Amino acid sequence: MVKIIVMMGIFLNVLSANIYEKNCVQCHKDIPVSIDKYFYKYLLTYSSERDMKYAIINYLKVPLKETTIMSDSFISRFGVKKKSTLNEVELKKAVDIYWEKYKVFGKLK
Amino acid sequence: MLISKSLDTDLRKSEKQTLFRFSTLYILLTIIIISIFSFIYYELQKDLMLQQKKATLQVHSKKLLEDLKQLHRNFDKTQVYPRSKEFESAIYDNQQKLIFSTSTSETRLDKILYLNQEIIHLVNIPESYYLGAKYVIVKMKDDNIWLNNTLEEIVLFATVSLLFMFSVGYILVRLFLKPMRDAIGLLDRFIKDTTHELNTPVSTIVANIEMIDKELLDIKVGNKINRIDIAAKTISNIYQDLTYITLGNKIISNNEDVEVEKLVQERVEYFTSLAGAKKITLDYDILSNTVLTIDRTKLSKLLDNLLSNAIKYNIVNGSIVVKVDKNLLEVEDTGIGIAQKNIVQMQERYTRFNKSSGGFGIGLSIVSEIAKEYALNIEIISELNQGTKVRVTW
Repeated sequence: MVKIIVMMGIFLNVLSANIYEKNCVQCHKDIPVSIDKYFYKYLLTYSSERDMKYAIINYLKVPLKETTIMSDSFISRFGVKKKSTLNEVELKKAVDIYWEKYKVFGKLK
Repeated sequence: MLISKSLDTDLRKSEKQTLFRFSTLYILLTIIIISIFSFIYYELQKDLMLQQKKATLQVHSKKLLEDLKQLHRNFDKTQVYPRSKEFESAIYDNQQKLIFSTSTSETRLDKILYLNQEIIHLVNIPESYYLGAKYVIVKMKDDNIWLNNTLEEIVLFATVSLLFMFSVGYILVRLFLKPMRDAIGLLDRFIKDTTHELNTPVSTIVANIEMIDKELLDIKVGNKINRIDIAAKTISNIYQDLTYITLGNKIISNNEDVEVEKLVQERVEYFTSLAGAKKITLDYDILSNTVLTIDRTKLSKLLDNLLSNAIKYNIVNGSIVVKVDKNLLEVEDTGIGIAQKNIVQMQERYTRFNKSSGGFGIGLSIVSEIAKEYALNIEIISELNQGTKVRVTW
């Protein structure tokens, strides 16, 4: 019975997880650098929501060593990620969620 | 006009207008030049003050950037924006969207260092955009000491400059007026000298004619004496006019209640012989007795000039009627008339529109001056070749 409940819980959790969590968090949780660190790295370079989202989406579509925001040592250790399998709409949706989760606007006190 | 009074110059209306226009233009230009210099000086002083404050603002900006850097690194632990008692601050992203501000004052991002609403702003663009901040603005309240000092200096400068420019203007006006003043002075002196020389002979002729008993004379001699009487009265009138013009302003008025109808009867009688020379019928029409408080000599001069003009510009066999009514004195003739465009100008001294009838062009100028002194209204109704009606009301 317990086994069924646990299985059901996992199943519901997968169902309720959004595109960002399923496609981004899932992979990043295995890397020692948390996903929010990438956000602040992008923020430091691209400043605004528009520029930052544009840069992330472009990188996810065509990840290159030359265009990465991460340091050389990071790339040497973890390498360049694989190209995203999400389409344009899905990528935009995922990045929007990512922005909303970590954005600075409205959080400063 | 004040300037003409101070220069003791009797300026004509058109000359006064020219002078007024020159003075207005001069004052306007002076104020514009002073305003431009004051504005430039103000801007220079403001820039100087901003440069002096810049170093302090840069220190504050550097401190704020350090704090923002720390906050960026630890944003997952704290979200408290760095504040200071010494300055206010704000951060904007590269889309110029406000990320956070400690004050509500309006901020511009197109200038590096500026003063707005008494707040000095320094806009810094750091190499790294901590918290996404491309524009880091540090604001400090202006103590306004420089402004008060600058305004004091501008007021002092403007006052001194205005006084200096007015002095220069006054000298220029005097220089401009000198030829005009000399010409009018020359004419006035000439008239004064001439009238002085005319006084004794004219008085002698008039007095002696009055003493002659004309009834005892032969008709032919009587006619000759009558013509001499007319000529003497004409000269006497001119003499009195010129005397009034040259001395009139300095004579103290001796006002009294004058019965206008009696004066009219007296003066009409006096001018009958003059009118008779041109076969002009001179009559009066007393509709109602009326009293006017005025210097008798001046009212007499006013009436004499109106009658003299009515005779001078009348036609042979014409007529003149002097009407007296309550608060009204009117002289109507059947003369050559005056064009409408000349009616206003004709009250100026030395203005004449008919060169064939002689005179100095001072008659209506005297009438106008007396009317002005006693607030009498003068209305001239005239039609060319029909006649003129001069109506004096009070």
